[in-house]
Amino acid sequence: MSSQADRQTSVPVDAVDVVSPADAEASEAAPAVLTVRGLTISVRDLELVSDVDLSVGPGERVGLIGESGSGKSLTALGILGLLPEDVTAAGSVRLSGIDHDLIGAGERRLSRVRGNHLAMVFQEPMTALNPTMRIADQVAEAMLVHRTQSNRRTARAAAVELLDRVQLTGIARAYPHQLSGGQRQRVVLAIALANDPALLICDEPTTALDVTVQAMVLDLILRGVTARDSALLFITHDLAVVATICQRVLVMYGGRVVESGPVREVFTNPRHRYTEGLLAASDLEAADSGPVGTSEPVRRRLPTIQGTVPAAGHFPDGCVFRTRCPHATEVCAERPPWTGDQTRGFACHHPAGADDV
Amino acid sequence: MILRLVERTAVLLVSLAVSSVLVFGFLAVLPGDPARVALGVNASDEAVAELRRQFGLDRALTTQYVDWLTGLLHGDFGTSYISKAEIGPQITDRFQVTLWLVVTGMVIALLVAAPAGTVMAARHRKLSGLALSAFSQVGVAVPAFLAGILLIMLFAVKLGWLPANGWTPPAEDPGMFLRQLILPALSLGLVQGAVLTRYVRSAVLDVLREDYLRTARAKGLRPFPALWRHGLRNAAVPVVTVLGLQLATLLIGAVVVERVFVIPGLGSLLLDGVSNRDLLLVQDVVMVLVVAVLVVNFLVDLLYVALDPRLRVSR
Amino acid sequence: MSADLGPVGHAVGGRRRWNPSLLVGGFIVALIAVVALVSFVWTPYDATLVDPAGRLASPSWTHWLGTDKFGRDILSQLMVGSRTTLFVGLVAVGVAAVIGVPLGIFAAMTRRWSSELVMRANDLLLAFPALLLAIMFGAVFGASTTTAMVAIGIATIPSFVRVIRSGGMQVMRTEYVLAARAAGRRPFPIAIRHVLPNVVSLITVQASVSFAIAVLAEAALSFLGYGTPPPTPSWGRMLQESQEFLFSAPRLAVFPGLAIAVAVLGFNLLGDGLRDHFDPKLEDRR
Repeated sequence: MSSQADRQTSVPVDAVDVVSPADAEASEAAPAVLTVRGLTISVRDLELVSDVDLSVGPGERVGLIGESGSGKSLTALGILGLLPEDVTAAGSVRLSGIDHDLIGAGERRLSRVRGNHLAMVFQEPMTALNPTMRIADQVAEAMLVHRTQSNRRTARAAAVELLDRVQLTGIARAYPHQLSGGQRQRVVLAIALANDPALLICDEPTTALDVTVQAMVLDLILRGVTARDSALLFITHDLAVVATICQRVLVMYGGRVVESGPVREVFTNPRHRYTEGLLAASDLEAADSGPVGTSEPVRRRLPTIQGTVPAAGHFPDGCVFRTRCPHATEVCAERPPWTGDQTRGFACHHPAGADDV
Repeated sequence: MILRLVERTAVLLVSLAVSSVLVFGFLAVLPGDPARVALGVNASDEAVAELRRQFGLDRALTTQYVDWLTGLLHGDFGTSYISKAEIGPQITDRFQVTLWLVVTGMVIALLVAAPAGTVMAARHRKLSGLALSAFSQVGVAVPAFLAGILLIMLFAVKLGWLPANGWTPPAEDPGMFLRQLILPALSLGLVQGAVLTRYVRSAVLDVLREDYLRTARAKGLRPFPALWRHGLRNAAVPVVTVLGLQLATLLIGAVVVERVFVIPGLGSLLLDGVSNRDLLLVQDVVMVLVVAVLVVNFLVDLLYVALDPRLRVSR
Repeated sequence: MSADLGPVGHAVGGRRRWNPSLLVGGFIVALIAVVALVSFVWTPYDATLVDPAGRLASPSWTHWLGTDKFGRDILSQLMVGSRTTLFVGLVAVGVAAVIGVPLGIFAAMTRRWSSELVMRANDLLLAFPALLLAIMFGAVFGASTTTAMVAIGIATIPSFVRVIRSGGMQVMRTEYVLAARAAGRRPFPIAIRHVLPNVVSLITVQASVSFAIAVLAEAALSFLGYGTPPPTPSWGRMLQESQEFLFSAPRLAVFPGLAIAVAVLGFNLLGDGLRDHFDPKLEDRR
């Protein structure tokens, strides 16, 4: 990784940019890289994501978990300003070092941030690359757009090096269709990391991949962000992945953040009933804490969360989980207040681990 | 890639062979005796027999076909039964004229369709996009000869800016050539452009939905540059196919436009041939048109491969 | 990503959108049909009635759209001309559908060389556009309504074969067809019971779009003198006859030109509208 260090010293502008202490309002210990306040995403009159608050500290790795339809991908696209037509976002998204809110910013300003301070890896690698362009050119373009490489030749050399770093050697002149899904996802990762972003957002980057290559891609993501001191916002429905790579986790359901906190705390001591159900259904503990090699594989039925996720925008008022929650009472028709603070908290009237119900 | 080239070439050759049989068979086997037709109903049997001998019409059809084809391959189009003139030079002359019309028309069509179709797609929910859409829908409904008549009415009759008809070879008087070229080329190009616009629109719409365009945006490209750098080549693939097919329409559409503007192109040669019952001439011109279309489609196929690297894998 | 966006797309509320193309296109087509039917019973004048005294009359109360160089009433000619247009279109599209649909289904259901052969022949036919075929037919048989109809019909076959084949191939991949094949049903019953009913919507759309093209081709042929011979009125020939009066009486070109354009527009809109109606998901794609 020594070449990595070289690279970072050769591009000092970014580093200075990112740690500029301009953002005073979100300063607790160090200023957060990303601060999202009251992010609400809607299509016409339907709210798909409501009032999401989240912050990611410098170099911090945060997981965002939830079932499909919980609004986690939309949250990511909302942060990037890449929502589909007709879908609108309100609230506030601030990046440290950027002197304007990303919500409501014009394309010109947003495009300077995207792929530079803020980068993203998408879920579907098979379609994420331009089929008519060589992959090195697609990686090089990311640097040319932001002028982090002055000309085509050096950009291409840097691209080849970036591809090396994600263990794609000697295929710079290939076209996407000549690569496997895992290889393509690594190209997308190389593009995302090209300008040493302050924050990398990964939206289920391994879901579409074979199990055998998932671990490799995860490893490369982790190495990529640690080498650059980039923060990571990792979106997934896979609790085991969050447990391995994230420090903090946010649980989303029905377009809302229902619980957040350090991974260990949330996973060992869930407070929101949805988190509790999710953990029970995923058998994470059995997999994690079962003594290795001592007993037969434990054969028991996983508990499931009853009912199904409502269609987007059709969650109940009050607590979004109350239609599926075994502990729900009348009080749940009122929106549960946030208990705790930004780093550790939940929104539930009948939290687990308390002595009621 | 090589395999595809070989395969395409084989298809082209077979298509050429089959269409030559079709054209020859259709015009030489089905109708009555071309010699009788040439000389008129009242001609004596001896005169007809003499003419048949003169043009080799008394030989077996297969021999006639082989002779005709070998002639064509050597650039010898034969001699007209009616005018007794060499057909080859006429076709070369007239083909140039038609080519000017078609190529200029095609360029105009592309110049209209590429930007209009892209804007229609990019703004397909906005008023400007819908207005363009409606406009192109109307354009599609106007046949080229009607467009020609309307253009004459506006630019020649009302405004008097351009000549209403006629043709001057470029070598003779370039200025006049251009002035006379504008209206017929416009009537071909505008109408074809309206049709093409709709294909460009749907191709660009498809591309706009692609994930790689979002990847490009996530890199920091603004919407239009993203579409330009990543979308255009991908959108071009289906559009190029349509272009190839449209060229056939344009070549034949030129026949009508030539009639409107009194232009001595291949189309008027064909129509004159038909009204004079000059069957060999008709046969030759039809063959030239069909060959042109087939060759263009062959070239389009190759262009396709150049545009889309996925097709370069030898299968 | 796609999972989260799924419900956002087109399914909101599931209500059917108002379909202006279908409405306007249907109205125009119906109007032309009505005019054609009325012309059998009534026209302001005999469309072929020559009136040397009333030549080139401007529009007036007696002749609403004026008269042509022979003193024939323009409106009456337009009305009778709509019959020619519809008749040629109907027969041409009928010929194309009757030949093209079975060929398309055949190409969809058979693999290997027979399907390949149909498609190659189809591509070859594309090199013979309607106008060229009609001129060839005219050269051989003498131009008439029949040669025009048949030529346009034959030239329209390829588009039917293509559309029906790709639609048919989709049907062949569905589970009920797989089940029928697994149950040992013969190809012909499968074609009749499963494939054909499922491509009917495609046929309808294609027929409407082809009709528009047929109207254009018929007009061009009549314009060149390779369509319906005089004295039967036809829009294309009216346009051709108007050419010598572009300076003095441009309306002679405007009225039939308008009739052609409106008819083509109507059938195109109808086709677009039908497509949206059958497959609302594709509304943005055409």
